[in-house]
Amino acid sequence: MGRFIYRRLIHGLIVIFGVTIIVFVVTRMVGDPVQVMLPLESTLEQRAAFEKKLGLDRPIYIQFGEFLGNIARLDFGESLWQKRPAMDIVFEKLPMTILLTAVGIGFACVAAIPLGIIAALRPGGMVDRVTVFGSLLGLSVPQFWLGLLFIVLFAVQFKILPTSGAATPAHIIMPALTMGLPTLARLVMLVRSSMIDELNQQYVKTSFAKGLPFVRVVGLHALRNAGLPVMTLVGWEVIRSLAGYSVVVETVFAWPGIGLTAIQAIERDDLILIQAIVFTAAVCVVAINIAMDFIYKLIDPRLKLT
Amino acid sequence: MNDNQNTPLLEVRNLVVNFYTRGGVVQASRGVSFQVGHGQTLGIVGESGSGKSVAVQAVMGLISNPGRIEGGDIFFMGQSLLDPAGRKFVRKVRGKDIAMIFQDPMTSLNPVFTIGTQITEVLRHHLGMNRDQARKRAMDLLGLVDINAPEKRLKQYPYEMSGGMRQRVMIAMALACEPRLIIADEPTTALDVTIQAQILELLADLQQRLAVSVILITHDLGVVAQLCHRVAVMYAGRIVEVGDADQVFASPVHPYTKGLIRATPRLDVVTERMVSIDGVPPDLISPPQGCAFSPRCDQAENACLRPQTLTPLGDDRHVSCWCAIKGDTR
Repeated sequence: MGRFIYRRLIHGLIVIFGVTIIVFVVTRMVGDPVQVMLPLESTLEQRAAFEKKLGLDRPIYIQFGEFLGNIARLDFGESLWQKRPAMDIVFEKLPMTILLTAVGIGFACVAAIPLGIIAALRPGGMVDRVTVFGSLLGLSVPQFWLGLLFIVLFAVQFKILPTSGAATPAHIIMPALTMGLPTLARLVMLVRSSMIDELNQQYVKTSFAKGLPFVRVVGLHALRNAGLPVMTLVGWEVIRSLAGYSVVVETVFAWPGIGLTAIQAIERDDLILIQAIVFTAAVCVVAINIAMDFIYKLIDPRLKLT
Repeated sequence: MNDNQNTPLLEVRNLVVNFYTRGGVVQASRGVSFQVGHGQTLGIVGESGSGKSVAVQAVMGLISNPGRIEGGDIFFMGQSLLDPAGRKFVRKVRGKDIAMIFQDPMTSLNPVFTIGTQITEVLRHHLGMNRDQARKRAMDLLGLVDINAPEKRLKQYPYEMSGGMRQRVMIAMALACEPRLIIADEPTTALDVTIQAQILELLADLQQRLAVSVILITHDLGVVAQLCHRVAVMYAGRIVEVGDADQVFASPVHPYTKGLIRATPRLDVVTERMVSIDGVPPDLISPPQGCAFSPRCDQAENACLRPQTLTPLGDDRHVSCWCAIKGDTR
């Protein structure tokens, strides 16, 4: 087990190092940061001073070394837009995105697992057909449009939910639903097909022959076996929500999380803040992957952690 | 509940099971009747698709979509398993008084739970044992099926065990609640030959020691001759001959039984090539009229197209063959 953690951490560090190189290269070599950040009418002296302030006048390898050293201390420098340390902003916004993802994906799991199981019990039955149709619909609807539809429906028409922001607990309902519904659609299909596979396995017949209650056979014996592919998708969905969908959903609902901040940083050419956000996203992805490996092992003892 | 020695432990009467598939209605069991007495071993033989497994799965209440039990009745200890009261009854006896051992031990155990969990859950569910009691009993059971170091084994997963070992675990699980009837559905088919012998020996030994009744489904006639008191031969969803095992083997009456026995390879007779029965089993979506074996039977005549019934022939022997009843083939 210790060996496993050690190896995974090394792998994770390699991935993060790779991301760091890309971030460094993209921000320094694609275009001139000084040109992007300073107003067009700034003088040459101003440009030189700014370049010096950012350390851009020194050789590239020294810059990279310093960049790595700063990252090790989680110091990306001051955000050009907000004039305070970029990491402070990230730590302030990240919990909001984690909350949104947790509620959204949590809702998707809680709904998808029973729905998928019920559909799998009678493939081709009424519940099954409605579920499959519903999830195909959910898969085909673009997320931003779904968000706008919710706003028009629940905030404008019925006036029962707030449009945007994060002032009260009610504010999370629409963004979390928007985040969770496409996930729910994908998840329900997978739970359904995995459970259909498992329910046809011989050990299910054995369990029934042992006289075990229906709920135990389906909800414990079969579900745990179906758990592996389902958890793979859940992990993948968490990653995509944290580091992808959050941008769309938070923009639509003005949810003060890391995704909205990323968009704002890009609009303001705040390269320092963008670097911090991309780096944080990479760390999240690596961490979730390691966590998923542990969950796999918990579900299926046959897997060896290597 | 009627539970004296005169009522057979299990009685299946005219069981009809149909499977509603896309291709049509498969008549898997077309009026099967048999009895199993207390402490008796009944062998059911027949080729694949003859309805052996379907008949016993009906006893266990394991027929599920698209299959349906559409006729006949099943009595266990005098109580019907199919009437409304029986549905409750079957939930109590399944896994407790009637236990089943399946064909393929590699897939019959749940891969993600330990052996211990899978044995103890039966004990805890049916006998209301607590964790410690169930664990102790599970260790005894593993000992009973000759598995050593039971304490260690309980913590193992099926993938850590060989096929023979897993089948022993299945048998231990079946024995958990001291059942009155064990149904073994081809328990050795998936095992290699030496392990087959061990498992059969174990079954025979347990059957005698625990005085439990056994239904043994197999297509190995040698196994039946070795272990069974009585034998029922199935063909195309019907029993064609049933009787005392020794007698059936010594003097088979039904042409199909004769064919099966002829087709069994023997060590003491040198043959050029394997003997087989010509033709193929009938399609159970539209089974032939009358005797289903008649298209493959060299003694078939017009009378064989009429419905056949199991007819007593003396010595507790029943056969469903027009020609045999006429008495000229015995």
